[in-house]
Amino acid sequence: MATLNDYLLASGLLFTIGFAGVLLRRNIIIIYMALELMLNAANLSLVAFSRFHVQAGLPDYNAQVLVFFIITVAAAEVAVGLAVIVALYRAKQTTHIDDLNSLKF
Amino acid sequence: MPAALFWIFACVMLIFGVMVIINRNPVSSALSLVVSFLGLAALYISLDAFFLGVIQILVYAGAVMVLFLFIIMLLDLKAERRRDFNLVTLFGGIVVVVLFVKVLFDVCYGFQHGNAVFPALQPNPHGDTWLVGMELFEQYKLPLQVVGVLVLVASVGVVLLSKREVK
Repeated sequence: MATLNDYLLASGLLFTIGFAGVLLRRNIIIIYMALELMLNAANLSLVAFSRFHVQAGLPDYNAQVLVFFIITVAAAEVAVGLAVIVALYRAKQTTHIDDLNSLKF
Repeated sequence: MPAALFWIFACVMLIFGVMVIINRNPVSSALSLVVSFLGLAALYISLDAFFLGVIQILVYAGAVMVLFLFIIMLLDLKAERRRDFNLVTLFGGIVVVVLFVKVLFDVCYGFQHGNAVFPALQPNPHGDTWLVGMELFEQYKLPLQVVGVLVLVASVGVVLLSKREVK
């Protein structure tokens, strides 16, 4: 059987992959997908903690409700973020972040 | 779920996660992300969170990724041409990631409670979705409504953002 540590390790590695994507990629849409990976890594560790914190024979449903809210907010965030990207593309005709430096110090 | 299935789904999730960030073509990245989310949904189901597993497939692998693919195809993004890497970013990224993985292993192997095997669940007649629903509508009524308002504001905001310049 897999233990809690195995799930936490998988979640941490998924977070690391997303983090590496945000740092290394230059395409704004790929960066956005890597952000989604990081959100989902956090969700995985929450669900794992919920399953391993059993009270009266039931998993801890507070954590699962929190994951439900995170998924809802993430879906709204994706919609807004992609609208911003489309508006940005309309203004600048690029999704490469090296070309989007008008706010850079 | 047997341990072998856990490792298979975890590997699918991680390998396709890596594919997301190494593919040059944004469409391949998005499709890899769908497979990675399917592996993640399987892990949720292995943790007896059936409702969240189904929601993960419906909302993420379905709705969100269709939105991503739609935007990628709308903007008609081509495979990224190779530019000279910013060496400082590359070096910094690799150092940060290596340090992060080291801290991760240290924490996981120093965490004694983490070696617990699955605690047994009592069979319940209602099922997982009923229990999540009871928790949601008994203890989290106000947050649920706040999230509803948030989704409404987000959809209004998206409409505003995608309008042409208002004269």
